[in-house]
Amino acid sequence: MSGDVVDQIFIRAKQWLLSWLAGAPDWIIQITSSLLNIFALLGVFLTLFALISVLERKILGRMQNRYGPNRVGPFGLFQPIADGIKMLIKEDIVPARADKIVHFLAPILIAATAILALGVIPYGRNMTPFAIDGGILFFFAVGSTTELAVFMAGWGSNNKFSMLGAMRAIAQMVSYELPLIITTLPVVMVAGALSPDVIVTAQAGYSFGFVPHWFVTTPWGAAAFVLFFVSGLVESNRTPFDVPEGESEIVAGHMTEYSGFKYATFFMAEYIGMFAISGLAVTLFLGGWHAPVRVLQFIPSYIWFFAKLSALLFVYIWLRGTLPRTRIDHIMNFAWKFMLPMAFTCIFAAAVWHYMGRGLAGWLCSLAVIGIVYIALSILLDTRKRFATRTYRFAE
Amino acid sequence: MAPNPYFFIVIFIGVALVFPLLPLALAWLWRKVFQPPKPGAQKNATYECGVESIGDAQIQFRSQYYLYAIIFLIFDVEAIFLVPFAVAFTGLPVGAFIAILVFLLLLIEGLVWAWSKGCLNWAR
Repeated sequence: MSGDVVDQIFIRAKQWLLSWLAGAPDWIIQITSSLLNIFALLGVFLTLFALISVLERKILGRMQNRYGPNRVGPFGLFQPIADGIKMLIKEDIVPARADKIVHFLAPILIAATAILALGVIPYGRNMTPFAIDGGILFFFAVGSTTELAVFMAGWGSNNKFSMLGAMRAIAQMVSYELPLIITTLPVVMVAGALSPDVIVTAQAGYSFGFVPHWFVTTPWGAAAFVLFFVSGLVESNRTPFDVPEGESEIVAGHMTEYSGFKYATFFMAEYIGMFAISGLAVTLFLGGWHAPVRVLQFIPSYIWFFAKLSALLFVYIWLRGTLPRTRIDHIMNFAWKFMLPMAFTCIFAAAVWHYMGRGLAGWLCSLAVIGIVYIALSILLDTRKRFATRTYRFAE
Repeated sequence: MAPNPYFFIVIFIGVALVFPLLPLALAWLWRKVFQPPKPGAQKNATYECGVESIGDAQIQFRSQYYLYAIIFLIFDVEAIFLVPFAVAFTGLPVGAFIAILVFLLLLIEGLVWAWSKGCLNWAR
Protein backbone atom coordinates (compact mmCIF):
# COMPACT_ATOMS: atom_id res chain seq x y z
CA MET A 1 0.00 0.00 0.00
CA SER A 2 3.00 2.34 -0.31
CA GLY A 3 1.55 3.77 -3.53
CA ASP A 4 -1.55 4.75 -1.63
CA VAL A 5 0.51 6.72 0.91
CA VAL A 6 2.14 8.77 -1.84
CA ASP A 7 -1.21 9.23 -3.53
CA GLN A 8 -2.86 10.56 -0.38
CA ILE A 9 0.20 12.37 1.01
CA PHE A 10 -1.39 15.82 0.82
CA ILE A 11 -4.57 14.58 2.50
CA ARG A 12 -2.45 13.05 5.27
CA ALA A 13 -0.47 16.26 5.61
CA LYS A 14 -3.66 18.25 5.97
CA GLN A 15 -5.02 15.85 8.57
CA TRP A 16 -1.74 16.09 10.46
CA LEU A 17 -1.92 19.88 10.44
CA LEU A 18 -5.53 19.74 11.59
CA SER A 19 -4.62 17.34 14.41
CA TRP A 20 -2.89 20.31 16.08
CA LEU A 21 -6.34 21.75 16.53
CA ALA A 22 -7.72 18.63 18.26
CA GLY A 23 -10.12 19.68 20.98
CA ALA A 24 -11.11 22.92 19.27
CA PRO A 25 -14.78 23.41 18.35
CA ASP A 26 -15.90 21.66 15.20
CA TRP A 27 -16.54 24.81 13.22
CA ILE A 28 -12.98 26.09 13.79
CA ILE A 29 -11.59 22.84 12.40
CA GLN A 30 -13.92 23.01 9.40
CA ILE A 31 -13.01 26.60 8.58
CA THR A 32 -9.27 25.94 9.05
CA SER A 33 -9.60 22.96 6.77
CA SER A 34 -11.18 25.01 4.00
CA LEU A 35 -8.63 27.81 4.50
CA LEU A 36 -5.84 25.25 4.12
CA ASN A 37 -7.49 24.11 0.88
CA ILE A 38 -7.64 27.69 -0.39
CA PHE A 39 -4.01 28.45 0.43
CA ALA A 40 -2.81 25.21 -1.12
CA LEU A 41 -4.84 26.05 -4.23
CA LEU A 42 -3.43 29.58 -4.42
CA GLY A 43 0.11 28.39 -3.79
CA VAL A 44 -0.01 25.72 -6.47
CA PHE A 45 -1.63 27.85 -9.13
CA LEU A 46 0.42 30.98 -8.53
CA THR A 47 3.56 28.86 -8.88
CA LEU A 48 2.15 27.32 -12.02
CA PHE A 49 1.32 30.81 -13.31
CA ALA A 50 4.87 32.01 -12.71
CA LEU A 51 6.25 28.88 -14.36
CA ILE A 52 3.93 29.03 -17.37
CA SER A 53 4.55 32.74 -17.95
CA VAL A 54 8.26 32.08 -18.40
CA LEU A 55 7.85 28.71 -20.15
CA GLU A 56 5.41 30.22 -22.63
CA ARG A 57 7.95 32.84 -23.60
CA LYS A 58 10.67 30.21 -23.88
CA ILE A 59 8.53 27.86 -25.98
CA LEU A 60 7.38 30.72 -28.21
CA GLY A 61 10.99 31.77 -28.52
CA ARG A 62 12.00 28.29 -29.65
CA MET A 63 9.13 28.24 -32.14
CA GLN A 64 10.33 31.54 -33.56
CA ASN A 65 13.97 30.45 -33.74
CA ARG A 66 15.27 32.53 -30.83
CA TYR A 67 16.18 31.86 -27.22
CA GLY A 68 13.50 33.52 -25.14
CA PRO A 69 14.29 34.82 -21.63
CA ASN A 70 17.58 33.35 -20.40
CA ARG A 71 19.25 36.08 -18.34
CA VAL A 72 17.55 36.13 -14.93
CA GLY A 73 18.53 33.11 -12.87
CA PRO A 74 19.21 29.61 -14.24
CA PHE A 75 17.65 29.26 -17.72
CA GLY A 76 15.77 32.52 -17.10
CA LEU A 77 13.57 30.80 -14.53
CA PHE A 78 13.60 33.80 -12.15
CA GLN A 79 12.10 35.99 -14.84
CA PRO A 80 8.62 36.00 -13.22
CA ILE A 81 10.09 37.30 -9.96
CA ALA A 82 11.82 40.14 -11.79
CA ASP A 83 8.59 40.86 -13.67
CA GLY A 84 6.62 40.85 -10.43
CA ILE A 85 8.97 43.34 -8.75
CA LYS A 86 8.88 45.53 -11.82
CA MET A 87 5.08 45.49 -11.89
CA LEU A 88 4.88 46.29 -8.17
CA ILE A 89 7.05 49.40 -8.35
CA LYS A 90 5.57 50.77 -11.58
CA GLU A 91 3.48 53.88 -11.20
CA ASP A 92 -0.23 53.19 -11.29
CA ILE A 93 -1.72 55.78 -13.64
CA VAL A 94 -5.49 56.28 -13.61
CA PRO A 95 -6.71 58.51 -16.44
CA ALA A 96 -8.40 61.70 -15.32
CA ARG A 97 -11.58 60.98 -17.23
CA ALA A 98 -11.95 57.40 -16.05
CA ASP A 99 -14.69 56.23 -13.72
CA LYS A 100 -12.33 55.73 -10.76
CA ILE A 101 -14.39 53.20 -8.79
CA VAL A 102 -15.30 50.95 -11.70
CA HIS A 103 -11.75 51.24 -13.02
CA PHE A 104 -10.43 50.04 -9.65
CA LEU A 105 -12.98 47.25 -9.13
CA ALA A 106 -12.54 45.57 -12.52
CA PRO A 107 -9.11 43.92 -11.92
CA ILE A 108 -10.18 42.75 -8.46
CA LEU A 109 -13.35 41.16 -9.78
CA ILE A 110 -11.59 39.48 -12.68
CA ALA A 111 -8.88 37.97 -10.45
CA ALA A 112 -11.34 36.87 -7.78
CA THR A 113 -13.63 35.08 -10.23
CA ALA A 114 -10.70 33.44 -12.00
CA ILE A 115 -9.55 31.90 -8.73
CA LEU A 116 -13.06 30.89 -7.65
CA ALA A 117 -13.47 28.78 -10.78
CA LEU A 118 -10.47 26.66 -9.72
CA GLY A 119 -12.12 25.62 -6.47
CA VAL A 120 -14.43 22.90 -7.75
CA ILE A 121 -11.99 20.88 -9.88
CA PRO A 122 -10.81 17.50 -8.53
CA TYR A 123 -7.00 17.58 -8.65
CA GLY A 124 -6.54 14.04 -7.43
CA ARG A 125 -8.21 11.28 -5.47
CA ASN A 126 -10.06 13.02 -2.56
CA MET A 127 -8.42 16.28 -3.61
CA THR A 128 -11.30 18.55 -4.53
CA PRO A 129 -10.93 21.82 -2.60
CA PHE A 130 -14.68 22.41 -2.54
CA ALA A 131 -16.66 19.27 -3.35
CA ILE A 132 -20.10 20.75 -3.99
CA ASP A 133 -22.81 18.85 -5.86
CA GLY A 134 -23.45 21.68 -8.33
CA GLY A 135 -19.76 22.13 -9.15
CA ILE A 136 -20.12 22.45 -12.91
CA LEU A 137 -22.88 25.02 -12.54
CA PHE A 138 -20.79 26.97 -10.03
CA PHE A 139 -17.86 26.95 -12.47
CA PHE A 140 -19.95 28.48 -15.23
CA ALA A 141 -21.70 30.95 -12.94
CA VAL A 142 -18.35 32.23 -11.73
CA GLY A 143 -16.76 32.00 -15.17
CA SER A 144 -19.33 34.24 -16.80
CA THR A 145 -18.66 36.96 -14.22
CA THR A 146 -15.42 37.52 -16.14
CA GLU A 147 -17.49 39.14 -18.87
CA LEU A 148 -18.87 41.62 -16.36
CA ALA A 149 -15.35 42.45 -15.18
CA VAL A 150 -14.13 42.93 -18.75
CA PHE A 151 -17.00 45.27 -19.45
CA MET A 152 -16.31 47.19 -16.22
CA ALA A 153 -12.71 47.62 -17.35
CA GLY A 154 -13.75 48.81 -20.81
CA TRP A 155 -16.49 51.14 -19.64
CA GLY A 156 -14.68 52.49 -16.60
CA SER A 157 -11.55 53.42 -18.56
CA ASN A 158 -13.51 55.84 -20.76
CA ASN A 159 -11.13 55.16 -23.60
CA LYS A 160 -12.14 54.26 -27.12
CA PHE A 161 -9.69 51.40 -27.43
CA SER A 162 -10.85 49.96 -24.11
CA MET A 163 -14.49 50.26 -25.08
CA LEU A 164 -13.96 48.60 -28.46
CA GLY A 165 -11.90 45.84 -26.89
CA ALA A 166 -14.45 45.22 -24.17
CA MET A 167 -17.31 45.11 -26.67
CA ARG A 168 -15.46 42.65 -28.87
CA ALA A 169 -14.47 40.56 -25.87
CA ILE A 170 -18.04 40.37 -24.62
CA ALA A 171 -19.45 39.62 -28.08
CA GLN A 172 -17.12 36.67 -28.56
CA MET A 173 -17.14 35.41 -24.96
CA VAL A 174 -20.93 35.46 -24.87
CA SER A 175 -21.15 33.66 -28.19
CA TYR A 176 -18.72 30.93 -27.19
CA GLU A 177 -20.22 30.49 -23.77
CA LEU A 178 -23.13 28.64 -25.34
CA PRO A 179 -21.02 25.90 -26.97
CA LEU A 180 -18.99 25.77 -23.76
CA ILE A 181 -22.03 25.07 -21.58
CA ILE A 182 -23.86 22.90 -24.08
CA THR A 183 -20.86 20.63 -24.73
CA THR A 184 -20.65 19.86 -21.01
CA LEU A 185 -24.28 18.70 -21.03
CA PRO A 186 -23.60 15.33 -22.75
CA VAL A 187 -21.07 14.55 -20.03
CA VAL A 188 -23.53 15.57 -17.32
CA MET A 189 -26.19 13.43 -19.01
CA VAL A 190 -24.05 10.31 -19.14
CA ALA A 191 -22.57 10.74 -15.66
CA GLY A 192 -25.94 11.79 -14.23
CA ALA A 193 -24.55 14.47 -11.90
CA LEU A 194 -23.24 18.03 -11.88
CA SER A 195 -20.54 17.17 -9.38
CA PRO A 196 -17.04 17.02 -10.92
CA ASP A 197 -16.11 14.19 -8.55
CA VAL A 198 -18.94 11.99 -9.80
CA ILE A 199 -18.01 12.81 -13.40
CA VAL A 200 -14.40 11.73 -12.76
CA THR A 201 -15.59 8.54 -11.04
CA ALA A 202 -17.81 7.78 -14.04
CA GLN A 203 -14.67 7.70 -16.21
CA ALA A 204 -12.89 5.04 -14.15
CA GLY A 205 -12.14 1.61 -15.59
CA TYR A 206 -10.52 0.29 -18.75
CA SER A 207 -11.55 -1.82 -21.72
CA PHE A 208 -8.98 -4.58 -22.39
CA GLY A 209 -6.74 -2.95 -19.78
CA PHE A 210 -5.45 -0.15 -21.99
CA VAL A 211 -8.43 1.76 -23.41
CA PRO A 212 -9.55 4.09 -20.62
CA HIS A 213 -13.26 4.85 -20.21
CA TRP A 214 -12.64 8.56 -20.63
CA PHE A 215 -15.42 10.38 -22.40
CA VAL A 216 -12.98 11.54 -25.06
CA THR A 217 -12.79 7.97 -26.35
CA THR A 218 -16.46 8.08 -27.44
CA PRO A 219 -17.36 9.93 -30.67
CA TRP A 220 -19.62 12.44 -28.93
CA GLY A 221 -16.99 12.95 -26.24
CA ALA A 222 -14.25 13.60 -28.79
CA ALA A 223 -16.43 16.06 -30.70
CA ALA A 224 -17.52 17.79 -27.48
CA PHE A 225 -13.89 17.95 -26.30
CA VAL A 226 -12.75 19.71 -29.46
CA LEU A 227 -15.68 22.15 -29.29
CA PHE A 228 -15.03 22.72 -25.58
CA PHE A 229 -11.34 23.32 -26.16
CA VAL A 230 -11.96 25.87 -28.93
CA SER A 231 -14.54 27.63 -26.77
CA GLY A 232 -12.04 27.62 -23.94
CA LEU A 233 -9.50 29.32 -26.20
CA VAL A 234 -12.03 32.07 -26.88
CA GLU A 235 -13.10 32.41 -23.24
CA SER A 236 -9.51 32.98 -22.18
CA ASN A 237 -8.96 35.39 -25.12
CA ARG A 238 -6.02 33.42 -26.45
CA THR A 239 -4.63 33.36 -29.97
CA PRO A 240 -6.14 32.80 -32.55
CA PHE A 241 -9.12 34.46 -30.86
CA ASP A 242 -7.29 37.40 -29.26
CA VAL A 243 -9.19 40.04 -31.22
CA PRO A 244 -10.17 41.92 -28.00
CA GLU A 245 -6.50 42.47 -27.23
CA GLY A 246 -5.18 42.72 -30.76
CA GLU A 247 -2.21 45.00 -30.13
CA SER A 248 -1.80 45.99 -33.75
CA GLU A 249 -5.27 47.54 -33.92
CA ILE A 250 -6.64 48.39 -30.47
CA VAL A 251 -3.47 48.58 -28.31
CA ALA A 252 -4.44 46.19 -25.47
CA GLY A 253 -8.22 46.21 -25.63
CA HIS A 254 -9.89 46.60 -22.26
CA MET A 255 -6.49 46.71 -20.51
CA THR A 256 -5.24 49.77 -22.38
CA GLU A 257 -5.62 52.18 -19.45
CA TYR A 258 -4.21 49.86 -16.81
CA SER A 259 -0.66 50.08 -15.60
CA GLY A 260 1.39 48.72 -12.75
CA PHE A 261 0.00 45.87 -10.74
CA LYS A 262 -3.53 46.30 -12.01
CA TYR A 263 -2.30 45.27 -15.43
CA ALA A 264 -0.49 42.32 -13.86
CA THR A 265 -3.76 41.33 -12.20
CA PHE A 266 -5.48 41.16 -15.58
CA PHE A 267 -2.58 39.17 -16.96
CA MET A 268 -2.73 36.75 -14.05
CA ALA A 269 -6.51 36.39 -14.28
CA GLU A 270 -6.19 35.50 -17.94
CA TYR A 271 -3.71 32.73 -17.21
CA ILE A 272 -5.62 31.41 -14.23
CA GLY A 273 -8.78 31.39 -16.34
CA MET A 274 -6.84 29.34 -18.88
CA PHE A 275 -5.82 26.87 -16.13
CA ALA A 276 -9.43 26.62 -14.95
CA ILE A 277 -10.85 25.93 -18.42
CA SER A 278 -8.12 23.36 -19.15
CA GLY A 279 -8.68 21.78 -15.74
CA LEU A 280 -12.38 21.46 -16.45
CA ALA A 281 -11.63 19.98 -19.89
CA VAL A 282 -9.39 17.41 -18.20
CA THR A 283 -12.10 16.65 -15.64
CA LEU A 284 -14.93 16.36 -18.13
CA PHE A 285 -13.32 14.58 -21.06
CA LEU A 286 -9.81 13.37 -20.24
CA GLY A 287 -10.69 11.29 -17.21
CA GLY A 288 -9.60 13.74 -14.51
CA TRP A 289 -6.93 12.15 -12.36
CA HIS A 290 -7.27 8.63 -13.79
CA ALA A 291 -4.23 6.99 -15.36
CA PRO A 292 -4.39 6.36 -19.13
CA VAL A 293 -3.52 2.65 -18.83
CA ARG A 294 -4.13 0.24 -15.98
CA VAL A 295 -0.45 -0.61 -15.39
CA LEU A 296 0.39 3.04 -14.73
CA GLN A 297 -2.09 3.38 -11.89
CA PHE A 298 0.70 3.30 -9.32
CA ILE A 299 1.68 6.87 -10.27
CA PRO A 300 -0.15 9.27 -7.92
CA SER A 301 -3.42 10.71 -9.19
CA TYR A 302 -2.44 14.39 -8.90
CA ILE A 303 0.60 13.79 -11.12
CA TRP A 304 -1.72 12.47 -13.82
CA PHE A 305 -4.00 15.46 -13.46
CA PHE A 306 -1.21 17.97 -13.78
CA ALA A 307 0.41 16.03 -16.63
CA LYS A 308 -2.83 16.28 -18.60
CA LEU A 309 -3.22 19.93 -17.63
CA SER A 310 0.32 20.70 -18.81
CA ALA A 311 -0.32 18.89 -22.08
CA LEU A 312 -3.37 21.08 -22.73
CA LEU A 313 -1.47 24.23 -21.73
CA PHE A 314 1.29 23.28 -24.15
CA VAL A 315 -1.31 23.05 -26.92
CA TYR A 316 -2.50 26.55 -25.97
CA ILE A 317 1.06 27.88 -26.33
CA TRP A 318 1.64 25.87 -29.49
CA LEU A 319 -1.48 27.37 -31.09
CA ARG A 320 -0.30 30.83 -30.10
CA GLY A 321 2.99 30.21 -31.85
CA THR A 322 1.29 28.82 -34.95
CA LEU A 323 -1.96 30.54 -35.85
CA PRO A 324 -2.62 34.11 -37.01
CA ARG A 325 -5.39 36.23 -35.50
CA THR A 326 -8.91 35.50 -36.72
CA ARG A 327 -11.25 38.21 -37.96
CA ILE A 328 -14.14 39.07 -35.63
CA ASP A 329 -16.90 38.28 -38.16
CA HIS A 330 -15.29 34.90 -38.82
CA ILE A 331 -15.19 34.22 -35.10
CA MET A 332 -18.86 35.10 -34.65
CA ASN A 333 -20.02 33.15 -37.70
CA PHE A 334 -18.06 30.15 -36.54
CA ALA A 335 -19.67 30.31 -33.10
CA TRP A 336 -23.28 30.60 -34.18
CA LYS A 337 -23.33 28.69 -37.45
CA PHE A 338 -20.99 25.83 -36.66
CA MET A 339 -20.17 25.46 -32.96
CA LEU A 340 -23.72 25.79 -31.64
CA PRO A 341 -25.37 23.25 -34.02
CA MET A 342 -22.47 20.86 -33.42
CA ALA A 343 -22.87 21.25 -29.66
CA PHE A 344 -26.55 20.31 -29.92
CA THR A 345 -25.56 17.34 -32.06
CA CYS A 346 -23.26 16.16 -29.25
CA ILE A 347 -26.26 16.01 -26.90
CA PHE A 348 -28.19 13.95 -29.43
CA ALA A 349 -25.21 11.68 -30.16
CA ALA A 350 -24.66 11.06 -26.44
CA ALA A 351 -28.34 10.10 -26.08
CA VAL A 352 -28.04 7.71 -29.04
CA TRP A 353 -24.92 6.19 -27.47
CA HIS A 354 -26.73 5.77 -24.14
CA TYR A 355 -29.93 4.22 -25.55
CA MET A 356 -27.99 1.80 -27.77
CA GLY A 357 -26.47 0.26 -24.67
CA ARG A 358 -23.16 2.19 -24.42
CA GLY A 359 -21.43 -0.49 -26.52
CA LEU A 360 -19.86 -0.74 -29.95
CA ALA A 361 -23.22 -0.30 -31.75
CA GLY A 362 -23.86 2.94 -29.87
CA TRP A 363 -20.29 4.05 -30.56
CA LEU A 364 -20.73 3.60 -34.33
CA CYS A 365 -24.23 5.16 -34.39
CA SER A 366 -23.18 8.27 -32.48
CA LEU A 367 -20.17 8.58 -34.82
CA ALA A 368 -22.61 8.39 -37.74
CA VAL A 369 -24.84 11.12 -36.21
CA ILE A 370 -21.91 13.45 -35.69
CA GLY A 371 -20.49 12.67 -39.12
CA ILE A 372 -23.79 13.38 -40.90
CA VAL A 373 -24.32 16.73 -39.14
CA TYR A 374 -20.69 17.68 -39.68
CA ILE A 375 -20.86 16.95 -43.41
CA ALA A 376 -24.24 18.71 -43.73
CA LEU A 377 -22.92 21.83 -41.98
CA SER A 378 -19.75 21.77 -44.06
CA ILE A 379 -21.80 21.72 -47.27
CA LEU A 380 -24.10 24.45 -45.95
CA LEU A 381 -21.26 26.69 -44.84
CA ASP A 382 -19.09 26.00 -47.85
CA THR A 383 -16.56 28.81 -47.95
CA ARG A 384 -14.36 27.42 -50.70
CA LYS A 385 -15.93 29.38 -53.49
CA ARG A 386 -15.33 32.69 -51.70
CA PHE A 387 -11.61 32.43 -52.19
CA ALA A 388 -10.10 33.22 -55.54
CA THR A 389 -7.79 30.67 -57.11
CA ARG A 390 -4.33 31.20 -55.72
CA THR A 391 -1.90 32.46 -58.31
CA TYR A 392 1.80 32.83 -57.85
CA ARG A 393 3.74 35.73 -59.26
CA PHE A 394 7.49 35.69 -59.44
CA ALA A 395 9.97 38.44 -60.09
CA GLU A 396 11.17 38.33 -63.63
CA MET B 1 -22.33 16.95 11.83
CA ALA B 2 -21.02 18.12 8.45
CA PRO B 3 -22.10 21.67 7.59
CA ASN B 4 -23.38 22.57 4.17
CA PRO B 5 -20.41 22.52 1.73
CA TYR B 6 -21.74 25.72 0.15
CA PHE B 7 -20.89 27.51 3.38
CA PHE B 8 -17.17 27.12 2.63
CA ILE B 9 -17.68 28.63 -0.80
CA VAL B 10 -18.57 31.87 1.02
CA ILE B 11 -15.20 31.78 2.79
CA PHE B 12 -13.55 31.09 -0.55
CA ILE B 13 -15.27 34.08 -2.14
CA GLY B 14 -14.04 36.26 0.73
CA VAL B 15 -10.43 35.08 0.37
CA ALA B 16 -10.59 35.39 -3.42
CA LEU B 17 -11.72 39.01 -3.13
CA VAL B 18 -8.98 39.86 -0.63
CA PHE B 19 -6.27 38.06 -2.63
CA PRO B 20 -5.87 40.62 -5.48
CA LEU B 21 -6.14 43.46 -2.97
CA LEU B 22 -2.96 42.39 -1.16
CA PRO B 23 -0.43 43.13 -3.95
CA LEU B 24 -2.37 46.26 -4.83
CA ALA B 25 -2.02 47.40 -1.21
CA LEU B 26 1.69 46.59 -1.36
CA ALA B 27 2.04 48.66 -4.53
CA TRP B 28 0.10 51.48 -2.86
CA LEU B 29 2.47 51.33 0.13
CA TRP B 30 5.50 51.46 -2.16
CA ARG B 31 4.02 54.50 -3.87
CA LYS B 32 3.34 56.15 -0.52
CA VAL B 33 6.86 55.66 0.81
CA PHE B 34 9.30 55.72 -2.13
CA GLN B 35 7.51 56.94 -5.19
CA PRO B 36 4.96 59.71 -4.63
CA PRO B 37 2.75 60.07 -7.71
CA LYS B 38 3.32 63.08 -9.93
CA PRO B 39 0.10 63.55 -11.86
CA GLY B 40 -0.13 65.87 -14.84
CA ALA B 41 -2.65 66.90 -17.45
CA GLN B 42 -0.74 65.13 -20.22
CA LYS B 43 0.18 62.11 -18.15
CA ASN B 44 -3.35 61.41 -16.97
CA ALA B 45 -4.97 62.10 -20.32
CA THR B 46 -6.86 59.32 -22.04
CA TYR B 47 -4.49 57.24 -24.13
CA GLU B 48 -5.08 57.52 -27.82
CA CYS B 49 -1.70 56.92 -29.46
CA GLY B 50 -0.56 60.49 -28.89
CA VAL B 51 -3.59 62.17 -30.40
CA GLU B 52 -5.83 64.25 -28.17
CA SER B 53 -8.99 62.30 -27.40
CA ILE B 54 -12.14 63.85 -28.82
CA GLY B 55 -15.54 63.15 -27.30
CA ASP B 56 -16.67 60.54 -24.85
CA ALA B 57 -16.00 56.81 -25.19
CA GLN B 58 -19.11 55.81 -23.25
CA ILE B 59 -21.41 56.00 -26.24
CA GLN B 60 -24.23 53.97 -27.75
CA PHE B 61 -22.84 51.06 -29.66
CA ARG B 62 -23.69 49.22 -32.84
CA SER B 63 -26.99 47.35 -32.61
CA GLN B 64 -25.38 44.18 -33.99
CA TYR B 65 -23.95 43.48 -30.54
CA TYR B 66 -27.44 43.79 -29.08
CA LEU B 67 -28.87 41.22 -31.51
CA TYR B 68 -26.22 38.72 -30.49
CA ALA B 69 -26.90 39.43 -26.84
CA ILE B 70 -30.63 38.77 -27.30
CA ILE B 71 -30.02 35.45 -29.08
CA PHE B 72 -27.46 34.56 -26.43
CA LEU B 73 -29.99 35.24 -23.69
CA ILE B 74 -32.52 32.84 -25.21
CA PHE B 75 -30.02 30.03 -25.60
CA ASP B 76 -28.45 30.60 -22.21
CA VAL B 77 -31.83 30.28 -20.50
CA GLU B 78 -32.42 27.19 -22.59
CA ALA B 79 -29.08 25.71 -21.48
CA ILE B 80 -30.16 26.22 -17.87
CA PHE B 81 -33.43 24.40 -18.64
CA LEU B 82 -31.40 21.56 -20.11
CA VAL B 83 -29.26 21.13 -16.99
CA PRO B 84 -31.97 19.43 -14.84
CA PHE B 85 -32.84 17.24 -17.81
CA ALA B 86 -29.19 16.28 -18.20
CA VAL B 87 -28.86 15.34 -14.52
CA ALA B 88 -31.99 13.15 -14.68
CA PHE B 89 -31.13 11.70 -18.09
CA THR B 90 -29.84 8.24 -17.03
CA GLY B 91 -33.23 7.41 -15.52
CA LEU B 92 -35.32 8.69 -18.41
CA PRO B 93 -37.10 6.49 -20.98
CA VAL B 94 -36.73 7.18 -24.71
CA GLY B 95 -40.12 8.94 -24.79
CA ALA B 96 -38.96 11.59 -22.31
CA PHE B 97 -35.86 12.19 -24.40
CA ILE B 98 -37.99 12.67 -27.52
CA ALA B 99 -40.05 15.22 -25.57
CA ILE B 100 -36.91 17.19 -24.70
CA LEU B 101 -35.77 16.79 -28.31
CA VAL B 102 -38.94 18.59 -29.44
CA PHE B 103 -38.04 21.43 -27.07
CA LEU B 104 -34.51 21.49 -28.50
CA LEU B 105 -35.78 21.47 -32.08
CA LEU B 106 -38.10 24.42 -31.36
CA LEU B 107 -35.09 26.43 -30.23
CA ILE B 108 -32.94 25.27 -33.12
CA GLU B 109 -35.77 26.43 -35.35
CA GLY B 110 -35.36 29.84 -33.70
CA LEU B 111 -31.66 29.75 -34.54
CA VAL B 112 -32.43 28.82 -38.14
CA TRP B 113 -34.95 31.68 -38.31
CA ALA B 114 -32.43 34.17 -36.95
CA TRP B 115 -29.88 32.81 -39.41
CA SER B 116 -32.24 33.18 -42.39
CA LYS B 117 -33.15 36.72 -41.26
CA GLY B 118 -29.46 37.60 -41.39
CA CYS B 119 -29.15 38.35 -37.66
CA LEU B 120 -26.06 36.17 -37.48
CA ASN B 121 -24.18 38.05 -40.18
CA TRP B 122 -21.63 40.30 -38.53
CA ALA B 123 -20.87 42.55 -41.48
CA ARG B 124 -23.70 43.75 -43.71
